[in-house]
Amino acid sequence: MSARVLVGVKRVIDYAVKIRVKPDKTGVVTDGVKHSMNPFCEIAIEEAVRLKEKKLIKEVIAVSCGPQQSQETIRTALAMGADRGIHVDVSGKDYENLGPLQVSKILAALAKKEDVRLIILGKQAIDDDCNQTGQMTAALLDWPQGTFASQVDFQEDSLKVEREIDGGLETIKIKMPAVVTADLRLNEPRYATLPNIMKAKKKKIDTVKPSDLGVDLSSQLEVLSVEEPSQRQAGVKVETVEDLIKKLRDSGRI
Amino acid sequence: FYANFRRVCVLFLVMEKSKQMYHCFIIKINHEQQKEFRDTARKFAREEIIPAAPHYDKTGEFPVPLIKRAWELGLMNSHIPEHCGGLGLGIFDACLITEELAYGCTGVQTAIEANSLGQMPVIIAGNNDQQKKYLGRMSEEPLMCAYCVTEPGAGSDVAGIKTRAEKKGNEYIINGQKMWITNGGAANWYFLLARTDPDPKAPANKAFTGFIIDADTPGVQPGRKEINMGQRCSDTRGITFEDVRVPKENVLIGEGAGFKVAMGAFDKTRPPVAAGATGLAQRALDEATKYALERKTFGKVLAHHQAVSFILAEMAMKVELARMAYQRAAWEVDEGRRNTYFASIAKAFAGDIANQVASDAVQVFGGNGFNSEYPVEKLMRDAKIYQIYEGTAQIQRIIIAREHLAKYTV
Repeated sequence: MSARVLVGVKRVIDYAVKIRVKPDKTGVVTDGVKHSMNPFCEIAIEEAVRLKEKKLIKEVIAVSCGPQQSQETIRTALAMGADRGIHVDVSGKDYENLGPLQVSKILAALAKKEDVRLIILGKQAIDDDCNQTGQMTAALLDWPQGTFASQVDFQEDSLKVEREIDGGLETIKIKMPAVVTADLRLNEPRYATLPNIMKAKKKKIDTVKPSDLGVDLSSQLEVLSVEEPSQRQAGVKVETVEDLIKKLRDSGRI
Repeated sequence: FYANFRRVCVLFLVMEKSKQMYHCFIIKINHEQQKEFRDTARKFAREEIIPAAPHYDKTGEFPVPLIKRAWELGLMNSHIPEHCGGLGLGIFDACLITEELAYGCTGVQTAIEANSLGQMPVIIAGNNDQQKKYLGRMSEEPLMCAYCVTEPGAGSDVAGIKTRAEKKGNEYIINGQKMWITNGGAANWYFLLARTDPDPKAPANKAFTGFIIDADTPGVQPGRKEINMGQRCSDTRGITFEDVRVPKENVLIGEGAGFKVAMGAFDKTRPPVAAGATGLAQRALDEATKYALERKTFGKVLAHHQAVSFILAEMAMKVELARMAYQRAAWEVDEGRRNTYFASIAKAFAGDIANQVASDAVQVFGGNGFNSEYPVEKLMRDAKIYQIYEGTAQIQRIIIAREHLAKYTV
């Protein structure tokens, strides 16, 4: 199989970090905070590498959009088994406005440029929880999509995707080229072993600018404010059911 | 102006007098690859070692699955040169990994570290054939090896060992008893130091020889697994050598070169041991801090009582300084310089503070700290050995004093 797979990997604040909101309410504190690869992106890379090990696809390309530090995330993907990386250099104001629409335009452009047959993304990022990039990318390319995948079976020209949906499990068959987004139970991502980290140093990371891909990064969204969820108020204990009803009436709840 | 001129002159004289070139000490921990290595080690320690450690501490079982996993991830045998299939990492990288593993469990980390100690004489003094044969196999399967020098009657006084090796034709016949050998029962091969010159007046640097011995050689008899205070899952045994025949090809460098080989290994293995002690201390600090932020007394959390916050502050000071000490020692030897002074300082300091910090952690936990359901009593038991193995705290002080005074005498 000579297929190329494009995997998007996003650099996000590490899941174990305690998030703090900036005093000016424009966002969360990111300076000096530990960042790592979005956990769903790790699952996406793992799936792509497994397909390559099964010799079902030829090449895994890891892509990240962001400032210079995004290259660290690409390095991790290379250490997990991706063949090469593409760093789409986005920084400053553009990076602050970078959302699913802009990223999906970039991924669509790259998919055409690199002649890709399959795009695997994480179902959502743990910082914005948007859950939109995969769907938008498929729409822009007019490709079928298999989202929330918990199992992917590769068949000659199509994919059988088992999806986790609210009602249970849904299995669909989609033709390639296609977009798949990875859900939690798709696989267990591997460690970057020390020998692989060393080998990854020799793998290539190309840097491109969004303008090189003809992508317009303008955003229609404006963040008005970012605040902490309101503190949970202490409850009040009452003695009898009558007291409870009275209190509920008094506070206008019923 | 004159006052400043005098100050500059004094400074210059002081620097000259100490005969020490002031090296610009830039720690390269921001180096990408080192961060990635450390992250893999950290993930493995937190996700796989920590949950399993209490079980291995209780049963004393050798942690075979954890060691196998560490080997698969490339976290073991980091010093093995590339031409033998290893990663050929420097001591600094090895220390970063060791600290992370020790954070998880120092018993597991010691089992892994003992491999490095056993291999080091072969790495620094082995010829091509010896390296290919004995280091090559370590990269092909998860094997253990051991460093056999200590005896029931001689620990610090290495020159006092009695195990003897008599030359007979193309072989040496080894007879003697070794004790407290880490990985003694699990090792595939041993580095052994034995006395080849029977003359009691022969100087130490000519009387001993280093050998590589396959563990399945007839006459090699590992004793029972010793039950120790801490690091209980590490396999420590006495080993009896009865008429063990070793081919002359397994001599390192040559007859009489053993003492130098055995001691030379320490400059490279002491920084990682210090790193291990630092990992334990960091774990103790983290556990104590988390507890102090949860447990409430007299109306506020423990950490907001100054007595407790001062304990934590001093623990933090010690951990940070121990880390800087081992990093300096590791960096010096990686740069190709003799690091004996720094390696001994790092090992002595880290061993001492690990014990202090672990004891302080139990104190912060109060009654709970004394109990086996909480993680800190294990840390206190595990910490003690850091003041004993790889050169006791007292031996380190002898070394530091010697190195220090040598700078002042011509």
